[in-house]
Amino acid sequence: MSSASRYGYAGRPPPGRPAYRDRGRSLEKREANVIQMLAPDGTLRADPRFPLDVTPALCRDLFRDMVLARRFDEEALALQRQGELGLWLMALGQEAAQVGSIRAIAAHDHVFPSYREHAAALCRGISPAELLAQWRGIAHSGWDPARYRFHIYSLVLGAQTLHATGYALGVRLDGAPEMVLAYFGDGASSQGDVNEALNWAVVTNAPIVFFCQNNQWAISTATAQQMGAPLHLRAAGFGLDTYFVDGNDALAVHAVTAKASDRVRAGGPPALIEALTYRVAGHSTSDDPRIYRSEAEVDLWRERDPVSRLDTLLRTRGWAGEQYFQQLDEEARKLAEQTRAACLALPDPALEETFRHTFAQEPPLLRREREAMSAYRASFADGPGPVAAAGR
Amino acid sequence: MITLGQALNRGLRAAMTSDPRVVVMGEDVGRLGGVFRVTSGLQKDFGADRVMDTPLAESGIVGTAVGLALRGYRPVCEIQFDGFVYPAFDQIVSQLAKMRARSAGRLALPVVIRIPGSGGIGAVEHHSESNESYFVHTAGLRVVTCATPSDGYTMIQQAVAGDDPVIFYEPKCRYWDKAEVDEQAPLSAAPALHSARTVRGGSDLTLVTYGSMVRPALAAAQIAEEEGRSIEVVDLRSLAPLDLPAVLASVRRTRRAVVVHEAPTTLGLGAEISALLTEHCYFEMEAPVLRVGGYNIPYPPARAEEIYLPDADRILEAIDASLAY
Ligand SMILES: Cc1ncc(C[n+]2csc(CCOP(=O)(O)OP(=O)(O)O)c2C)c(N)n1
Ligand SMILES: [Mg+2]
Repeated sequence: MSSASRYGYAGRPPPGRPAYRDRGRSLEKREANVIQMLAPDGTLRADPRFPLDVTPALCRDLFRDMVLARRFDEEALALQRQGELGLWLMALGQEAAQVGSIRAIAAHDHVFPSYREHAAALCRGISPAELLAQWRGIAHSGWDPARYRFHIYSLVLGAQTLHATGYALGVRLDGAPEMVLAYFGDGASSQGDVNEALNWAVVTNAPIVFFCQNNQWAISTATAQQMGAPLHLRAAGFGLDTYFVDGNDALAVHAVTAKASDRVRAGGPPALIEALTYRVAGHSTSDDPRIYRSEAEVDLWRERDPVSRLDTLLRTRGWAGEQYFQQLDEEARKLAEQTRAACLALPDPALEETFRHTFAQEPPLLRREREAMSAYRASFADGPGPVAAAGR
Repeated sequence: MITLGQALNRGLRAAMTSDPRVVVMGEDVGRLGGVFRVTSGLQKDFGADRVMDTPLAESGIVGTAVGLALRGYRPVCEIQFDGFVYPAFDQIVSQLAKMRARSAGRLALPVVIRIPGSGGIGAVEHHSESNESYFVHTAGLRVVTCATPSDGYTMIQQAVAGDDPVIFYEPKCRYWDKAEVDEQAPLSAAPALHSARTVRGGSDLTLVTYGSMVRPALAAAQIAEEEGRSIEVVDLRSLAPLDLPAVLASVRRTRRAVVVHEAPTTLGLGAEISALLTEHCYFEMEAPVLRVGGYNIPYPPARAEEIYLPDADRILEAIDASLAY
């Protein structure tokens, strides 16, 4: 059993060095410097560093976006459970981070999402059908990125941060008044691509705001196992302007994103916003989070729910009446209905489409392969082959 | 009866038990036991120093595995899905594969990289790729794949015990296949890691295949038999190095060969085997080697994968075409 005797360590207790550096910082300590305007109990506290005109209309709008996004999310979950979607990744609990940020930038600013930015996507006008196409398995992306100024989802973690940086560099070279917003997760922040992007953006002074939704989990890996220092501190080391904001506070996220993007637009250094939030649902519909985290932790974050926080504010200040809430309820119900109908109406994909979209001009050999495939398929008069099922 | 996933789990457990230098590392392999649960329970039993949840970075996983191997450990890395191995490409191709040659044989890197590969489970993009050719093409890497629980159990142990880096593909659509596995049999009694296996005897044509395609190949052979054709099925198991003698012996008898794999045909195993057969037994063959493979396009959305994936029908078409020569 005593292999590696050359070094003498294997199989023995490590000589006084624990597996992970003790980063037992309490949540309170970690959150001490977090920017917050709207506390979980719904009390509002202005932050002079981040001026925001907190109007009833702004609060109602943000609230509406979040409620609709949540209803959409729930319907998508139901559709997945009923076998209509192959997979679904809920954004539950992260609505404020997404809505607050996307609503703070200009319509012409280009956005590079990761894959969980459904609330942000809806704000950009992307339809439920366009959003669900990918998860129903009929396309790898469902919308035209140019139309919504919202790039297709990136499932390869972190890759989009470099694309966003390059795009932003192009914006600067063009002398355009735009800027770029790039979303990614706490887990993705470990990828080389993300760290290259942060550095690259500073070196090239690209007009970009990186927005990390630190939802504290990357599947089963907690942020404490993912990184030794908070991301906003790391980013500061790269030379970015950094902000650490309560990601469940739509108002604070909005104020911080507005300030960060203003500064970037004015020629300041690129910025990184770390939004502290929580992935309330499992990683995806294939995940079972009970294996790796406690219900108590989830409960704690349910109490910090971003939607009910704004709900409390609207009600206690009398900024929205019963009619507003009823109308919103009705609107959400309709959205769910539309979502379901649109999902079920999505057409199955034709493999020919993938052939056609692989190159600008289909090479002759590939065209022959496609034609042979189509002819072969057509040779089965009534659908798939007689023995296909047996062979799978 | 145990599943392929369980068989791999038990194989890893056996490898870790017999050699304390074996460590498992990857995204979510610890507490969760991996997204396919192949490493389930290992962290509980062997500790967090030997079953490590890594930061989310594939280049880091393979790069640090190289370092651990230089220090005398035997890392078994898990790449969560086939399509996420590319961030580690440099570490695999330029570092892991070449260090033995670059150091004039002074440095060995006994690293195993497990990849749940190929499609068929209705997944989203990047989760269904058959990218073995990149690694088969790279000198210095051994590339193997298992198609049955029994092979999973033994091959993972053999891969871990070897002194060269091994890319170990697990056909994810077969993780739930069940079969009897003899865990008492000594590893030394198992077929060599780099040997092919004839899984069905026949005399009219040889189907050469591996991984996820073994099952549809067997189904096609069964149907062909009902039509009076005797089809041999060879499971390659090892893609690099290839067990050429086994393939040659079979094809010299049947005089016809069809190669079946999920990977796109261009520069796939089918192309290589076709070239080898042409070089070695051109005059003994009755028909050109035919290929049934993935089309030369990106892996399609889930609802089109049934059309994309080779199945018994497409294999039978190729059998017919070969026999018609
Ligand atoms: C390069 C790469 N490696 C692995 C994966 C598999 N994977 C998908 S999501 C995920 C966790 C991501 O965590 P995080 O970045 O925090 O985003 P979140 O899911 O929390 O939104 C992993 C490991 C992937 N998609 N891409
Ligand atoms: Mg996360």
